[in-house]
Formats: sequence, C-alpha cells, structure tokens
Amino acid sequence: MTGRVFLPLLRRDLLLAYRRRSELLLPLVFLMVVVSLFPLGVGPGLQVLSRIAVGVIWIAALLATVLSLDGLFRGDFEDGSLEQLVISGHSLPLAALARVAGHWLVAGLPIVLLSPLLALWMNLGEGGWSVLVISLALGTPTLSLLGGIGAALTVSLHRGGQLLSLLVFPLYVPILILAASAVTAATDGLPYNGQLGLLAAALVAALSLAPWAIAAALRLSLE
Amino acid sequence: MLKARKLQLERHFEPVFAPVDLDVAGGELWLLTGPNGAGKTTLIRLLAGLLRPTSGTVSRAPGPVAFLGHQLGLKDDLTVAENLAFHQALTGAEAPVESAIAAVGLEGARNQAARTLSAGQRKRCALARLLLAPAPLWLLDEPYANLDAEGVALVDRLLAEQLDRGGACVMSTHGALRPPELPWRELAIEAPS
Amino acid sequence: MSTVKRIFHQFGSPPWLFRFAGFAIPWLWAACLGLGAWGLWWGLVKAPPDYLQGESVRIMYLHVPSAWMSMGIYAGMAVFGFCALVWRVRAAEVIALASAPVGAAFTLLALVTGSLWGRPTWGTYWVWDARLTSELVLLFLYLGVMGLAAAFDEPRKGARAACLLALVGLVNLPLIHYSVEWWNTLHQPASVGVEGSSIHPSMLWPLLLMALATKFYYLANLLTRTRLQLVVENRKSRWVRDWVLETR
Repeated sequence: MTGRVFLPLLRRDLLLAYRRRSELLLPLVFLMVVVSLFPLGVGPGLQVLSRIAVGVIWIAALLATVLSLDGLFRGDFEDGSLEQLVISGHSLPLAALARVAGHWLVAGLPIVLLSPLLALWMNLGEGGWSVLVISLALGTPTLSLLGGIGAALTVSLHRGGQLLSLLVFPLYVPILILAASAVTAATDGLPYNGQLGLLAAALVAALSLAPWAIAAALRLSLE
Repeated sequence: MLKARKLQLERHFEPVFAPVDLDVAGGELWLLTGPNGAGKTTLIRLLAGLLRPTSGTVSRAPGPVAFLGHQLGLKDDLTVAENLAFHQALTGAEAPVESAIAAVGLEGARNQAARTLSAGQRKRCALARLLLAPAPLWLLDEPYANLDAEGVALVDRLLAEQLDRGGACVMSTHGALRPPELPWRELAIEAPS
Repeated sequence: MSTVKRIFHQFGSPPWLFRFAGFAIPWLWAACLGLGAWGLWWGLVKAPPDYLQGESVRIMYLHVPSAWMSMGIYAGMAVFGFCALVWRVRAAEVIALASAPVGAAFTLLALVTGSLWGRPTWGTYWVWDARLTSELVLLFLYLGVMGLAAAFDEPRKGARAACLLALVGLVNLPLIHYSVEWWNTLHQPASVGVEGSSIHPSMLWPLLLMALATKFYYLANLLTRTRLQLVVENRKSRWVRDWVLETR
C-alpha cells in the first residue's frame, strides 16, 4: 500500500510540469542572467573571471534552486492535494521524496546540463569542466532535498519566499564549500576525489533524512 | 467506526469549541451544525486526522477514509479524467474512471482541464472520487456548496448508497441547512464555556 | 505513559514551572551578577596582559564565553525542540523559543567582540576567519528560527515549525562548522592564532568565571522569558488569577 505513492506522484508531477513547460525555462534563464551579470560587474578580464567562475556558477545554481523551491509544495497545499495525500494513508516521506525527485528532474537537472555553457562564459579552466558537472549532479539533488524542508516549513505562510532563503542558505554552506573546492582543485591539477566523495555522502545522508523532516514539516503546515 | 472523546482544539490559547464527544456507527449520517465560525471545518479536519487535538482523542476504524474539504484537491492543469486516474492510482481503486465520470454527469467535460470547469462541475469531479474508492467512512465539508438542484440530488444519492453499504458519513452544512431525505443525526457545535 | 512524558508533565505543567521560575530567578540573577563582577574584575584588572597581544587580549573574557554560549544554547534549543515535537509538551516549546533570542544575542556579542579583537590583531575589523564565519552562519540559523516562529499566525504552530528547523539546524551545525574550518585552512594557509594553544592559569580562572556567569545569565533570562510567556498564554486560567490576587 505505502509503496504505491512514489510513481503515480512522480508521473503526475512530470505531466504537470510538461503542461506548464514555458515556466520550466524561467529558473534557467534566471541562472544565465545572473551569471552573465558578473562579467559586466567585475569586468571582462578572463583571469579574474576564471578565478571566480566556480563560485559564481555555484551560487547562481543555489539561487535558481531556491527560486524554484518556493513553489515545490505551494500548489499542492493551496488546492487541497496535500490533504488528500495525507488522508490516503500513504507514506508521507516517500511522497515527499517523489515530489523532490520531480523537482530535481525539472529544475535541477537542467542546471547540470547547462553548466558547460556557463563554464565557457566564465572562462573556467579546462580541467574543471567535468568536475563542475559532476559536482552539480551530486550537489543539486542535495540542495533540492534540504530546500524541500524549508519549502515545507514555509508553505502555509503568505510571504514564505523571503523567509525560505534565510532558512535554507545556512544549510547550503557545506555543499557550496565542498563543490567549489572540488572544482578549484581540479583546475589546479590537484586531487579532488575526496570532495566529490563527501558530496556523494552528503547526498546519501540527505536522501535518507530529509524526507522525514519534509513530511513532518508538511503535516505541521496543514495544522 | 469513528469515536471522539472530549475533543478540543486551542487556537491562540483559547478553545475553539466546547469539548466534543461523538460516536459514529456504520450506516449513520451525522450533520455538524453551527453558525459561521463555530468550528465545523476545524472539527472535520480533526476527525480526519489532519489536525492534532490539543486534548481528547479521535479513533477511527482501520481502513481508508474519504475526505472532501474546502479545497477540492483537483489539479487545475489536469483534465477530469487525469485527475481521477491519479486518485485511482493513489488509492489502488478498482472501479473504472469512466463509470465514475458518468455517475456524476461529467461525460461532456471528460477531457477538459479542471481549470476550465465551473465551481459546480469541480465539485462533481471531486465527488466522483468517492465513487472510485469505496471508503467505509466519509468526512465531507460542505458537500452541497456550489451545487445546483441536480447536484444536490446527486450528493443525496451517493449518501444513500454509502449508508446502504453500511458505510458512515459525517458532514458539515452551514446556515441554509438542507437535510437530505435520509435519517440523520445532528451534532451541534457549541461555543466554549 | 512513558517516563519521559511523566517527567515532562510534572516539570512542564505551567503552574509548577511558573512557581519554580519565580523562586529560582532572583538566585540566578544574583549568581550571574556576582560571578560576572568577580570574573570581570579578575579578567580586566588582575590578570596580566598578553606578552604578544597586550591589553587587547582582555576582550577574550567576553568573546570566548559568548562564543561557547552561542553554540551551547543552540544545542539546548534543539534538544528542547526535539522534546516539544516528540512529546508535544508546551513548556518545552516555550523554553526552546525563549532560548533563541538569548542565543542570538550571544552570537551577535561574539561577532562584535571578535571583530573588535580583530582590529588590533589582524589590522581590520573583519576577516573571513573560520570562527567568525561559523558564528555568522550560526547567527543566520538563529534568525531563521526566530523569523519562522514569528511568521505564523497561530503561535503553537510557529513554535513547532521553529523547533523542527532548530533540529534540522543542529544536524547541520557540525557539518557547517567543520566545512568552514576546512575551507579556511584551504584559503588561509597561515591562519592567525588568536588564542594560544595552551592558556596560562592566570587567564584560565577569569575565563571560567565568565563562562559560569554567562550560563547563569542564560538560565535567568530564559526563565524570566518563560515565566512571562506562561502568564500571557494562561491569562484566563485559575492559577494566574490566584497569583495576581496573591501578589496584589
């Protein structure tokens, strides 16, 4: 009974995302705009850009994730789908995981796929490209999971969006540090497997803990 | 089937209503009545387990519960059939979606996005969920709201079938109380002392 | 009923906690002021200046206890938050929420004293030193908890949401702390040693006194806030009416 919630929910979310496919592009456009502002702000010097490239790309990815997270549970909360989900008696953590997985597929994965273009713009060293993609592939699901906790806590608030960023950015600090250091190490020709391993460990930990926190926060928000 | 003992909920450290005791047996229809703001919706949500009481207990017989709230739980971007198919997948219901659509009279709107439906049609679509997955206990918040005379008759028919099956229903109705042509019992929600 | 719950229901019953707090608060304030005055005198007057940093080292007697308290209070808040969520004890919610502003104040104090201390030591008010950065993130965590609690209309809902967030923050806090320290060693190979690895006893004693004084300050402040909140939310109950009549 409880296992039957993941796939229907994921399928429904992907269908809903497809129906609103024009909105899917917004976080990506946001990401590109933010990154393209940096050369305008700090000057087009390639050396400066390549030194700040990792930080800029990762912080832009972080902002784009939080921007799209605000709506993660809001629709389900406002139209009563969340109530139906809770009443159905299915495992709420599993449902939360499905919801986050759907969010990552439509909002996180495109960031990963777009990152080589951003690396090109920011003149990231050749050695760092693949590591940037891997770090985003390992890191953005963790961002979605941790951010899901914040989104679930603020879903019943009218102005949850601004609060959401205050709640989740401190939680993102370790991910940002690990990812940036992995890519920097790669461009400097240093070993980076340790950082990527820790990113993977963070993902596993978030996968196993965050759904429970999200479920508890959702129940609380319905009260 | 549903039992509540000294059920109470506080908001801003004040009780919303006087403690509620309720015993619902199979085949019974209960109406929750009270003026606006008395806490009908709150009580239904407490009985459904969406709210946790400040004090007192609720116990439900094991088995699925059907809940119809103010927010109908329809996805605007999905069609009537898709909405129901999702509910079917979620509940593992056996009944075919098509017959539920026919029973609530939405054949014509089958492939229309829920966004384009009228308030009454949306309500019918939500009611069709009750037909998909038979639940022994129904908790309905204002099931008559937004419905035309035909829709009201539909709700009454659904209720009669539910009671015939030995199922139970607790529903709230506001001021313009329209008791269905069925035997029903009333729980008047009282203000806290 | 589990043992934990029984304990909570005794110590967490509002009238009992209210009376206990009323009894303990004067003693706690007295201990805080006494120890604080003693520690400050020892630290600011009696203890010797540092042979490297001179008189500026005396900021340590405020900075280090504040930094300790900022982390300790967060842990305490999260533990009470856990109890509030699991056993749904209102008193634990109140204590957890009352801890947040005190902890945030200590965090702010640690940041301000740290940057004042940094001026003579590093030559600037702010460097992205591991400790200061950790404290800054901690301040954001506190502000998040307080902001979340305040954003809800229904106070108990806000309290439970804040407790949950505090708990999530507690799991993350060590990760944040270690990642920031590690990040710092990456970028600043020669980090400035502010505190010597071994500390002379003449400096240790005033530090310990101040650490104790800040703990009593926390307890006194916490119970004062808790007591106020208990009166406000139980204003209609009998024991508050009795207390008002008694004290009139």
